[in-house]
Amino acid sequence: MSSLDELEQQAVQEIAAAADPAALDDVRVRYLGKKGLLTAQLKQLGALPAEQRPAAGQEINRVKQRVQQQLDAQRVVLQSAVMDRQLASEKIDVTLPGRGQSHGGLHPVSLTLRRIEQLFRPLGFTVAEGPEIEDDHHNFSALNIPDHHPARAMHDTFYFDAHTLLRTHTSPVQVRVMEGSAPPLRVIAPGRVYRCDSDLTHTPMFHQVEGLLVDENVSFANLRGLIDDFLRAFFERSDLAVRFRPSYFPFTEPSAEVDIQCVMCSGDGCRVCSQTGWLEVLGCGMVHPSVFENVGIDNERYTGIAFGMGVERLAMLRYGVNDLRLFFENDLAFLEQFN
Amino acid sequence: MKFSEQWLRSWVDPQVSTDELVEQLTMAGLEVDSVEPMGVGLADLRVGEVLTLEAHPDADKLRVCRVSVGEDEPLQVVCGAANVEVGGKYPLAPVGAKLPDGMKIKKSKLRGVESFGMLCSAKELGLSDDSQGLMTLPAEADTGQGLVEALGLDDTVIEIDLTPNRGDCLGIEGVAREVGTLTRTPVTPVEVQTVPDSSKDTFAVDVEAPAACPRYLGRVIQGVDATAGTPLWMQERLRRSGIRSLGPLVDVTNYVLLELGQPMHAFDLARLSGGIRVRYAAQGECLTLLDEREINLDGETLVIADHDKALAIAGVMGGMDSGVTDATTDLFLECAFFQPEAIAGCARKYAMHTDSAHRFERGVDPYLQARAVERATALLLDICGGSAGPVIERLAAEQLPAREAISLRKARIQRVLGLLPEDAEVTEMLTRLGMQVEAQDDAGWQVLPPSFRFDISIEADLIEEIGRIYGYNRLPSVAMQGSLEMQPLVESDRSIEQYCDTLVARGYQQAVTYSFVDPQLQQTVNPDREAVALANPISSEMGVMRTSLWPGLLKAVQHNVNRQKSRVRFFEHGLRFYRAGGDIQQEPMLAGAVTGSRLPEHWDGKAEAIGFHDLKRDVEVLLKLAGGAFRFVAETHPALHPGQSAAIMQGDNIVGWLGRIHPQLAQTLDLDSDTCVFELEYAALSQGQLARFAPISRYPSIRRDLAVVVDADIEATALRAVTEEAAGELLQEVVIFDVYQGKGVETGRKSIALGLILQDYSRTLTEQDIESVVSRVTDRLGEKLGASLRD
Repeated sequence: MSSLDELEQQAVQEIAAAADPAALDDVRVRYLGKKGLLTAQLKQLGALPAEQRPAAGQEINRVKQRVQQQLDAQRVVLQSAVMDRQLASEKIDVTLPGRGQSHGGLHPVSLTLRRIEQLFRPLGFTVAEGPEIEDDHHNFSALNIPDHHPARAMHDTFYFDAHTLLRTHTSPVQVRVMEGSAPPLRVIAPGRVYRCDSDLTHTPMFHQVEGLLVDENVSFANLRGLIDDFLRAFFERSDLAVRFRPSYFPFTEPSAEVDIQCVMCSGDGCRVCSQTGWLEVLGCGMVHPSVFENVGIDNERYTGIAFGMGVERLAMLRYGVNDLRLFFENDLAFLEQFN
Repeated sequence: MKFSEQWLRSWVDPQVSTDELVEQLTMAGLEVDSVEPMGVGLADLRVGEVLTLEAHPDADKLRVCRVSVGEDEPLQVVCGAANVEVGGKYPLAPVGAKLPDGMKIKKSKLRGVESFGMLCSAKELGLSDDSQGLMTLPAEADTGQGLVEALGLDDTVIEIDLTPNRGDCLGIEGVAREVGTLTRTPVTPVEVQTVPDSSKDTFAVDVEAPAACPRYLGRVIQGVDATAGTPLWMQERLRRSGIRSLGPLVDVTNYVLLELGQPMHAFDLARLSGGIRVRYAAQGECLTLLDEREINLDGETLVIADHDKALAIAGVMGGMDSGVTDATTDLFLECAFFQPEAIAGCARKYAMHTDSAHRFERGVDPYLQARAVERATALLLDICGGSAGPVIERLAAEQLPAREAISLRKARIQRVLGLLPEDAEVTEMLTRLGMQVEAQDDAGWQVLPPSFRFDISIEADLIEEIGRIYGYNRLPSVAMQGSLEMQPLVESDRSIEQYCDTLVARGYQQAVTYSFVDPQLQQTVNPDREAVALANPISSEMGVMRTSLWPGLLKAVQHNVNRQKSRVRFFEHGLRFYRAGGDIQQEPMLAGAVTGSRLPEHWDGKAEAIGFHDLKRDVEVLLKLAGGAFRFVAETHPALHPGQSAAIMQGDNIVGWLGRIHPQLAQTLDLDSDTCVFELEYAALSQGQLARFAPISRYPSIRRDLAVVVDADIEATALRAVTEEAAGELLQEVVIFDVYQGKGVETGRKSIALGLILQDYSRTLTEQDIESVVSRVTDRLGEKLGASLRD
């Protein structure tokens, strides 16, 4: 059976020499195909004497199996080589920039407003809004600022006519909320406000957030607790020094202005805090009895706390912005810093 | 209120440093604005006495003085000032001295004559803006003494920014009372003695408006010397309060104003006719004021008049023709109480923010006038000589502000402040503040506020005082306790934040533009809405309220394009304002403006300019959030390209616009003509829809594509509608996947390729089912829209 050995050797050599799957298939057909050399050997078995047939058949099958194994093994090798070549040819530069739409961003005033809202909402505060073109009743009279009150002069109001104006603060929303719903109340009112003033540190439009809490047992101590908490959470400084300074707003009594330890210099004194170490950040107080009277809330049963803060001011301190006017120039070089 | 610390300490002298004093004032609500030490840089200056004067041999204007500085040898000093006199005392800077501006005095030669120092003007010492000649020191100043000591310049000027409720602190007396209360230090008021009448002369006074002027005091003082010098101590105190010396008659009234908080006015008696009348002005009555302005008064203005004409606006400003001058010898001194309501608004109306008006509109103590008039008389007689007549008083006692006792309940203090100080502490605070406190029972007190506190009339006012004096920062800081209640949460509500976030994810940057815009630009962009104009805009470019967010956004785009940003994608939300039927409408809007390439510049392709349909996709995504049925209808808008603009409709209402800006507008703003904008009413977006489950088919869907040729002006909406109707319920979706005009399609027609996606819920569709749908669709498109199948 030397011819069978030769065939086997020859097949193994040809398999190993096949350079691609097509060549390999040719080899398979040549040896194992219907007319293949090994198939032909099997067909010739009938010519052998009966007693030799089983041994010869076994031998041919052994060779067939060996060839088949070699073919399979070589196919795996060749396929993987093809895959490798394909993969190599498909290599890209993963460091090139990605494709498609850019990502935009929110204005820093929005970021700050959202942050304030996120801090107050879990405490049960809801968000209220009001008109920006207001009447003098809601902007002034209902807030205990009658005609000719010196506080009116401090407001630099934009007027449309004698009684219609751009709200100078978000406090009128307080009044509208109290007119429209009964205590207990917890609301914050964010929005645009307007003052007829424009220079390095004033823009004719800016944003405030007003807060109002009316309940049966709220005190100035609670106001302090709430504001202390808020400012420390807002600035993410649990040790932030906060101080309450007596002040005057016609619609609260007692009234306070609230200073925080300067976040720029940690209270050492710098240009931002005018060397005082303190920064004024908001105004607040207990709702004035006249305001409750104006909206029909029982002064004996309820007390309330109110506060108002300038959003740009807080944003400037938080992000280190040094010029208020940047907020309204809408320069992408500025806005994209907050994306 | 600006004042000398020394002056304050002559009333109340707590054992605290300036810094501590200032801190306590600020923390009691009298916010200290500035603290300015006096006499800085004057340590080297001395009082020099001119012994002899000789003309300079080589210079007409210079003189050679021998100046004594005490025990030392007199110094030779060359001086150019005209007012130098023998025997005069002036500030002398000897050789080696430094002036406040840093200049060092050296031995020098002036036109050949040696000078060993310099005689100084007040300006050179930083004490005044007045550079006229040398600063003259009083004769009683000790020659050779340090100037700081001689002038009492070892002082600090404190300026407090008073809130409008604290008119009582617009005088040293009021500030002293506060300091006394805060530091628990006794206050020594200035001694005011009654000046006995030294003449019988009086003057007629008629108060015709007693409600506005419940108390009017006057006094005739005759034979004064208006040219007598105001004593240096008074000049200095005035100067440190920011008031210039204008001669003794005016200085004394200003001094009393600062000391006691009582505004006064001195009339030249010789220029008054008949008598004083306190009355309302006649409409249009004319008056020339002290500042030489001539104004026409209205009938609501309270004036001081004589029998001929108005002399002064009461409590605000005197007139030019009746005021005192250097030539005045007889004067009529006015010291009145005007109701705050009568004066308030007047200063603003006539734009005269005088010290007097500032005090009267905040409230001057109605019981102060007698003391003030005596104080002023004494000072005047002291400085200018003369004789005083009796004090004339017109009083309408029933018109004086009522003072009523206030009940102060301990429980209420506890409730409002969250703390109740000891009884004794409460009583002490209130008493030091000038209140009469009477214990009512265990529950509280009856408190009578003083006449100078116009801000105290109810219990809350007293509680504020207690909190303020006790110290806000000593009060507890306690977290609120409250009941836990869940807030309603409507799942279909769509907040503006959701829309903002969607736009941000689609590459938009949020802008915040002013709500007032240039009326001209707005007229171009949105001429059909009636804008609301501001009566007092900050500038004409910010004269009207925006009727659309587009003017602001387009300006923001322009700003960035001008700064080399070729690709800008902005959105903004906020109110628009317009007039409709007499009412002002304020509606929340969401708008966007984009320019430049559709996608950021990329290495893998050519930049394509943004177009209508890019923006439309963004808008469609927003509308998807809003759930409701919206339609895009070709409509023209003045700001938009007439062939590339759409009204966004919800039912029959236009709720928004979308389009490419009109080429003319693009040109006006110097923007690329491919700039596109959209604007939506938030009211149409605020409600989305709650998701509702529909069954999912388990059978395969099949897609059939067909290309039809229709007239070019047939809209996709029509094709889609006909297709949907003809296809029936097997049709799941129609995709428009190609639109073509050009070679192979006749002119005036276009080819549109539709992909029909078909599916059934109960079985797999057969070829027959599909063919039947497709032929129905083709037939109907042909019938209704003249469509033919493309070959």
